[in-house]
Amino acid sequence: MTKEELMKPEYLVYQKPRLLNDNNMHYCPGCSHGVVHKLIAEVIEEMGMADKTVGISPVGCAVFMYNYLDIDCQEAAHGRAPALASAIKRLWPDRLVFTYQGDGDLACIGTAETIHALNRGEHIAIIFINNAIYGMTGGQMAPTTLLGMKTATCPYGRIPEIHGYPLKVTEIAATLQGTAYVTRQSVHTVAAIRKAKKAIRKAFECSMNGKGSSLVEIVSTCNSGWKMSPDAANKWMEEHMFPFYPLGDLKDTTTDDNQTMK
Amino acid sequence: MKGNEAIAHAAIRMGVDGYFGYPITPQSEVLETLAEQKPWETTGMVVLQAESELAAINMVYGGAGSGKMVMTSSSSPGVSLKQEGISYIAGAELPCLVVNVMRGGPGLGTIQPSQADYFQTTKGGGHGDYHVIALAPASVQEMADFVGLAFELAFKYRNPAMILADGVIGQMMEKVVLPDFRPRRTEEEIIDQCPWATTGCKGRRPNVITSLELDPATMEQRNLQLQAKYADIQARECRYEEIDCEDADYLIVAFGSCARIAQKAMEHAREEGIHVGLFRPITLWPFPSEALAARARQTRGILVVELNSGQMIEDVELAVRCSLPVEHFGRLGGIVPDPDEVVDALKQTFINPSLKTK
Repeated sequence: MTKEELMKPEYLVYQKPRLLNDNNMHYCPGCSHGVVHKLIAEVIEEMGMADKTVGISPVGCAVFMYNYLDIDCQEAAHGRAPALASAIKRLWPDRLVFTYQGDGDLACIGTAETIHALNRGEHIAIIFINNAIYGMTGGQMAPTTLLGMKTATCPYGRIPEIHGYPLKVTEIAATLQGTAYVTRQSVHTVAAIRKAKKAIRKAFECSMNGKGSSLVEIVSTCNSGWKMSPDAANKWMEEHMFPFYPLGDLKDTTTDDNQTMK
Repeated sequence: MKGNEAIAHAAIRMGVDGYFGYPITPQSEVLETLAEQKPWETTGMVVLQAESELAAINMVYGGAGSGKMVMTSSSSPGVSLKQEGISYIAGAELPCLVVNVMRGGPGLGTIQPSQADYFQTTKGGGHGDYHVIALAPASVQEMADFVGLAFELAFKYRNPAMILADGVIGQMMEKVVLPDFRPRRTEEEIIDQCPWATTGCKGRRPNVITSLELDPATMEQRNLQLQAKYADIQARECRYEEIDCEDADYLIVAFGSCARIAQKAMEHAREEGIHVGLFRPITLWPFPSEALAARARQTRGILVVELNSGQMIEDVELAVRCSLPVEHFGRLGGIVPDPDEVVDALKQTFINPSLKTK
């Protein structure tokens, strides 16, 4: 079989999502951002929402999300993405509005905006990339940095007496009345990627069905910040991150019709 | 009605799409009036009490980026918090309205009236080279009228506009003629009028609202474009009012509540045979420098009256370029001067300096 024959449409089993454009990503090799971007692109396309979606990018490594996703985007101030999303969704109720935020953006400088948007039950979805470190600024301590973990601003390891404890925002979100769906996923294996995609889809559907707010945490790697190879980073994540940030759904009201929010 | 209430009613009637605010004295009546009026049931206007002024201005940022007519209001300490968002909105070139009903500072200061945010409003406020269009109402009627004017200018130039009022104008009650009801723009109208907005990229390339540009050469060009826009606004949009200036030997320059006090002071001074005129800047940025300089040529001195320690006086001095004496009279910390205090200040400064008591 020739190359041309192989490339016939009927043999196509997998392709790059239409909404993910050809711009070269600035993410480091092995970074989780690219995979999550792809999943978001796939879900938006599969939901038929390509021309009715507004994404909000954060300050952090994903600040240039708008360079890779062919959808309308706004670039927020650090931590304020949920405030932008809240307003846009209320002003354009039939649009799909989501934020994409890292741990520093969501769990530190934007804690108030995140908790209150979730608690108001804004019909938005928040995608939360938790790699326990500040990637863009060069590997400083994040609110989610594990105890003992070394970063540029806790070079001898995170010590609670000095740095306080890592923050489990997703657990907090699950206790809020406004949230419809709260889950923690990862994208380090093919199976995990499939699950994460389902979670993103469910979160986006919640926001379109008026169920309330959704939070999808993706426990992620930061090879550069962690100073590990992609493979070692995945192993380290499994051994250290997952015990403290266990994967799975923390709250799911989608099966209960009584939970529909006005 | 109160000036703050007039803002709320005018916003509903002008077809504003969204208000995002946080309570702070002396402007809480804006949000209270909107909540009481329930415009979401009539015009469809969104009214949301945010968790902070930071969140409120960033809601405005989001809403403005989606092409909607959105606004917020606050008072001095709250407006300091909003400066982050205002800088982003200016950088992303989006239209919106911010109302500041000023109170005394610095810090938590006082809840009494002040005009001490003149510098913050006209000289930047947040980070970066930018300007907001600043309108200074001197009556409840202007509180109502400037909502429409602010949005008109904001959309014309894709730039944040601010109504810079003070606690006096916000809290005082006057008769007011509210604008006629104007329907909110339809989604189709917004998509048509704001092709840059993030409305969902139906039938076009995706839009991006951002103030970020890492390439310095491109960023310089972007800044130069902003400066060209500001020069255009400066050339076209200066607004001011002159009262009894034709035969004036002396000018009082004052804005907002001080202009009202100065007007009464001027009447008293004229009864004593002192020919005083009032020059009232309505736009504080762009400052009506040329008009003021032209008027100043016939006069012997200018007294700038402000509820601060001397902020607008710098723009007055720049406008007249030291061609005549420019002096300041101000009360601070929430004290509002009596008209006769202004007359005394005028006399002590220009007519008979020997009266000046230290």
